Amino acid sequence: MEDSLIQASINAFKLLFSGDRELWEIIGISFLVSFRAILFITPFAVIVAFALAYGNFPGRRVLITIVNSMVALPAVVVGLLLYIMLYNAGPFGGWRLLFTQTAMIIGQMILAFPILVAMVHVSLRSIDLVAWETARTLGANTARAMFTIIREVRFGLIAAIVTGFGRVVSEVGCSIMVGGNILHHTRNIPTAIALETSKGDFEQGIALGAVLIFLALLLNFTVSAFRGRDRASY
Amino acid sequence: MNLKRKSILLAGIFLAFNATAWTAVAQENVIRLATTTSTDNSGLLRQLLPVFEQTYGITVHTIVGGTGRALNHARSGDVDVILVHAREAELKLIEEGFGVSRNEVMYNEFVIVGPGDNSAGIESGDGLGGALTKVSAAGALFISRGDDSGTHKKELSLWQDAGIVPDGTWYREVGQGMGKALQIADQLGAYTMSDKGTWLFTKNRLLSLKLLLEGASDGRNVYSAIAVNPEKHSNVNYASAGLLVEWLQSPQARELIANYKIGGETLFYPVATSEQ
Repeated sequence: MEDSLIQASINAFKLLFSGDRELWEIIGISFLVSFRAILFITPFAVIVAFALAYGNFPGRRVLITIVNSMVALPAVVVGLLLYIMLYNAGPFGGWRLLFTQTAMIIGQMILAFPILVAMVHVSLRSIDLVAWETARTLGANTARAMFTIIREVRFGLIAAIVTGFGRVVSEVGCSIMVGGNILHHTRNIPTAIALETSKGDFEQGIALGAVLIFLALLLNFTVSAFRGRDRASY
Repeated sequence: MNLKRKSILLAGIFLAFNATAWTAVAQENVIRLATTTSTDNSGLLRQLLPVFEQTYGITVHTIVGGTGRALNHARSGDVDVILVHAREAELKLIEEGFGVSRNEVMYNEFVIVGPGDNSAGIESGDGLGGALTKVSAAGALFISRGDDSGTHKKELSLWQDAGIVPDGTWYREVGQGMGKALQIADQLGAYTMSDKGTWLFTKNRLLSLKLLLEGASDGRNVYSAIAVNPEKHSNVNYASAGLLVEWLQSPQARELIANYKIGGETLFYPVATSEQ
């Protein structure tokens, strides 16, 4: 058994570096879908985080608790709810979004949203509320003041984006339900691993898993490198 | 200000991604085919569909799940055509008006596989029903698909015909595809029922599972193509789905099916037009 594991791993790396078209297409779909999801949801999540951090409205604390709880939202639950919304008999069935990349993007946006809000919110709370109020009293409009604050918390924001991306690029439950795991179209890294494993074919699974792990390392090292450089410049 | 330029750049990227995401899909002629794990996992569709796609300029999006799932997708109009194997359920779909017609494409057979020691004593002369009766009498571990797939439906009908209610610690529903069920049976030293195609495709990756019964008189496993009725769901691509159904019964498709082999063994046999 150990032999076959080693053999499968060797074959996996051969597959990766031989430029196997299908394998790299799956990797491309994974990145494109998750990248878009994060790109679309981040501005919205940042605005919500600002409202929760600096806003003054009833129910704010309850909302913060809800967002924090939603961080642990299971992907299959999001997948199920989205499926019911999007399938042809559902309320948004007419949009014909089931089994498309768009549906996957929506699902991943929902999954990333609470993570981004919670983490950005913590970053915002860590800087003095005075900074926000000063910016406002100095005549900056809301958008301007927000950009000023975002510059202050940029590493917190980057960390949130990396964490959110890591969450959605590796989730399988929602993608497989609303994406349908369609080859060349909605088959991404996690759904492909699930499929290949079910077929008893481990090589492609190992190759794709290696890509995910490598990506996680790369992202986190990049973030910590930025952080280190920033600290050195002070 | 630098910040402004950055924002414009970001907005630009944002829009560019949006544009590429939607324009690409809109112009293609796409049909959605819901089918079973056996036809897809065995690699057959990879031989068949590209030929169809090139000939007709139609892209086929394949959604793989059990027959039960495929039938539900057809019922809700989320797919345009299905390729499944559960005769009674198919006829019901057509009776309800969701399917246009049942078109037999190909067949293979169901087989019984189990541990090398064959403690339940299954013999080649047993029918599938007889084999399952022996498994339950011996209390030998049996892996059921438990996923409302065509194979699962067949298994349930065999239990029913044998007058047995499969229940107890020996009977385990796994709720997974055929490949996974075979792996589980292999790891647990259990019996299971498989379509022959998936068995042939998977057997080299299994450690101890043996083919114990084939050629059973009650083992015929027929796959049919059914287009979703546009009268029930106006949004389905019936024109293209109909072409696929027709093509799957063409001499060209039948030859591709007959010639698809793994390790020298044929996985599926095309249904001769006269048989229908």
